[in-house]
Amino acid sequence: MRSSLRNVRGLGSARSGTEHFWILRLTTVANIPLVAAVVVILVALSGRPHAAVVATLGQPTVAILMLAMLWSVIVHMRLGMQVIIEDYVHSEGRKVVLLMANTFFSIAIGLASAFAVFRISFGL
Amino acid sequence: MADAKMRSERPLSPHLSVYRLSLVMVMSGAHRISGAVLYFGMLLLVWWLVAASTSPRDFDFINGLFDTWIGRLVLFGFTWALFHHLLGGIRHLIWDTGRGLGKYERELFARLTIIGSISLTVVVWLIGIMLRG
Repeated sequence: MRSSLRNVRGLGSARSGTEHFWILRLTTVANIPLVAAVVVILVALSGRPHAAVVATLGQPTVAILMLAMLWSVIVHMRLGMQVIIEDYVHSEGRKVVLLMANTFFSIAIGLASAFAVFRISFGL
Repeated sequence: MADAKMRSERPLSPHLSVYRLSLVMVMSGAHRISGAVLYFGMLLLVWWLVAASTSPRDFDFINGLFDTWIGRLVLFGFTWALFHHLLGGIRHLIWDTGRGLGKYERELFARLTIIGSISLTVVVWLIGIMLRG
């Protein structure tokens, strides 16, 4: 029944570094084709009227592709911003607040965009 | 309490200014900055998607904003940040395999990222302009 020294002193790793690294790499690989495909779609849609844009975005393949891109990109950007915060913000209080804000921002972006894609797809 | 102790005992990496600035270092910074730009730039994509889902009026409003000179400049910058970060990410994946870390390759990757990201941005915009006629 002894606490390890690293816990008592508040030093040592949080034991999540490998997973962070791995998911950042996994989403990097996923982002390459997903973002490339979405860029092609967005360029094709630029300047098109609302009805045409909605018709394209509502197609199952386009909607699923868009959702996959958003998922991968948002997970990736949250992890990336976490690294930036942890590198530059050393005050514990401010760091925790910013890390929470980072997660909230990412979830808000994800929910809003997913809501929009679903709404367009289901023609609501 | 624990906070003060942690800060005093945790080592920080040597300060950047002890090294001579190189292109590879600038590209490292550019990768991070482009990532941060894309992070906030996602707001534009979400705004555009939500506007498309709500009404033609909202959609025309944001498209009108994108069609101003400032709007175009912002989108052009966003495109460049995207390709810069994408190529930088591929470079990181290559580095992860332990390859391309030599002096010559590092410099080459840095140059390819700059040339590649600018070329891709210009090509994508030219295609977009041609499609719109």
